[in-house]
Amino acid sequence: MTALLWIRDLSVRYRHDGVEVPALKGISLDVKAGERLAIIGESGSGKSTLALAVAGLLARGAVIAGTIEWSARQLQESHSVTPERQPSAVDGNQTPLLGRDIGFVFQDPSSSLDPVMPVGRQIAEVVRTHLKLSWRDSCTKAKTLLERIRLPHPDSAFHTYPHQLSGGQKQRVAIAAAIAAGPKLLIADEATSALDTIVQAEIVALIRRLVAEDGMTLLFISHDIALAAALADRIVVLRHGELIELGETDQILNAPRHAYTRALLDAHLGLDAEPLLDRRGASA
Amino acid sequence: MSVLAVSNLAKRYHRGGKPFAAVDDVSFEIGPAETLALAGPSGSGKSTIARLVLRLIEPDAGRIDFEGADFLALSGAALRARRARLQMVFQDPLAAFNPRATVARVLDDPLRIHGLASRAERPRHIAALLERVGLDPALAARAIHEISGGQRQRVAIARAIATRPSLIVLDEAVSALDVSVRAQILELLLDLQRQERIAYLFISHDLGVIRAVAHRVVILDAGRIAESGDARAVIVNPQSAIGKALVAATPRLTRNRP
Repeated sequence: MTALLWIRDLSVRYRHDGVEVPALKGISLDVKAGERLAIIGESGSGKSTLALAVAGLLARGAVIAGTIEWSARQLQESHSVTPERQPSAVDGNQTPLLGRDIGFVFQDPSSSLDPVMPVGRQIAEVVRTHLKLSWRDSCTKAKTLLERIRLPHPDSAFHTYPHQLSGGQKQRVAIAAAIAAGPKLLIADEATSALDTIVQAEIVALIRRLVAEDGMTLLFISHDIALAAALADRIVVLRHGELIELGETDQILNAPRHAYTRALLDAHLGLDAEPLLDRRGASA
Repeated sequence: MSVLAVSNLAKRYHRGGKPFAAVDDVSFEIGPAETLALAGPSGSGKSTIARLVLRLIEPDAGRIDFEGADFLALSGAALRARRARLQMVFQDPLAAFNPRATVARVLDDPLRIHGLASRAERPRHIAALLERVGLDPALAARAIHEISGGQRQRVAIARAIATRPSLIVLDEAVSALDVSVRAQILELLLDLQRQERIAYLFISHDLGVIRAVAHRVVILDAGRIAESGDARAVIVNPQSAIGKALVAATPRLTRNRP
């Protein structure tokens, strides 16, 4: 598989009260075109910083070292419609555009949607901005997207306001807006963490389907190793800003090389784990 | 005898001018040193039941008996005295406490309000409470916003046990914690339950956590009880549609164990 982007020796520090706090320390990895890559870790591991760095969304105060190079060939494949872009001689060093080349889905859909604009218009604006279509064509494409994310009543959904939707439905709309311009890479940063178990499973299924249908590459950021394993081809384990382990999902689950990965797996309380009540021999 | 008995509890709200039942004819009991879990999707009534049991809101119908007394009939000094025996821990202790208060101040409040220790004795009580939840007594001087999320949840538990309760309502109390910290907090809760015979009303959306720590589970759907029973039996073989959906939606780690 060819790479979509290469991350080399990436370090990020945040300035906090005049002190620089490291968030990522010398991360190197390749994101392969078309793969589903999960980034997992606990709080402070740097997983969201990595997602923001890839999307070019780091705050101004962040001190960044290292490189993130994008495959020009991969980016152009997805945007043959943009005539102003010339193929470069060397593969690499192409600057991607957030919204067109990268779709980003955040944890809280309420904060990424405009509360006073109907959801169909919000999606159509993304289409018009990045694909340079007429407003009428943009609206048609937005309606198709609303059908693809399976909102109930797709006909009236176009004119619905975010506050009229449930949390799961809002996240579906946020996903539609994120993929509206046909991005090469979809980044989902804890996109299901605020949702209940049933809605979370539905959103994961939706992401899986859309990524497959559109041939997108997926960067799935999560604190939940079981959820990540259900979706990803490969898993990156981060801790305190360092890359602990990177491997195929099957290898991470069944033959983790690092003690920290094993500890994360053992701490997962699944439906087949030994209940703590039994481990302690306690019962009422 | 049960610590808590809830009978035919009902609470209606209005949404867009139309009444809807947030809690509809819910009954359950919790015995001493027992953990009863409430599970269900968002909007199923879990947190409304917690708030009704804590009397943060009043029900439209039903009865709550706590330690054998009609809890809804209590008021004034009798209610305050009984409330000391019924404590709570929420998902986000930073939202529950004044972030600039010190740990000592947070633990001093219940001891003072319920007259459990004299001013001179209270520092010793606070140190003992911190040790009881596995924290260094030196932490007493730190501000709430300076300590980690796991430490903060331990302080919330220390505050809850300060008044020697018979029941603690845990509303998504471990949901925001990292998995490694979560396991330690669950172990602490089990230890306290064994030693002090505290009952827990354990509210969680996570069936894996419920299966790990709860004796019995009540599964709610749209304010009503869909099914209830032994936690492991229900989760292994759910009978209700919502129970089946919750189990099916829970992510699984499929490891090839040797």
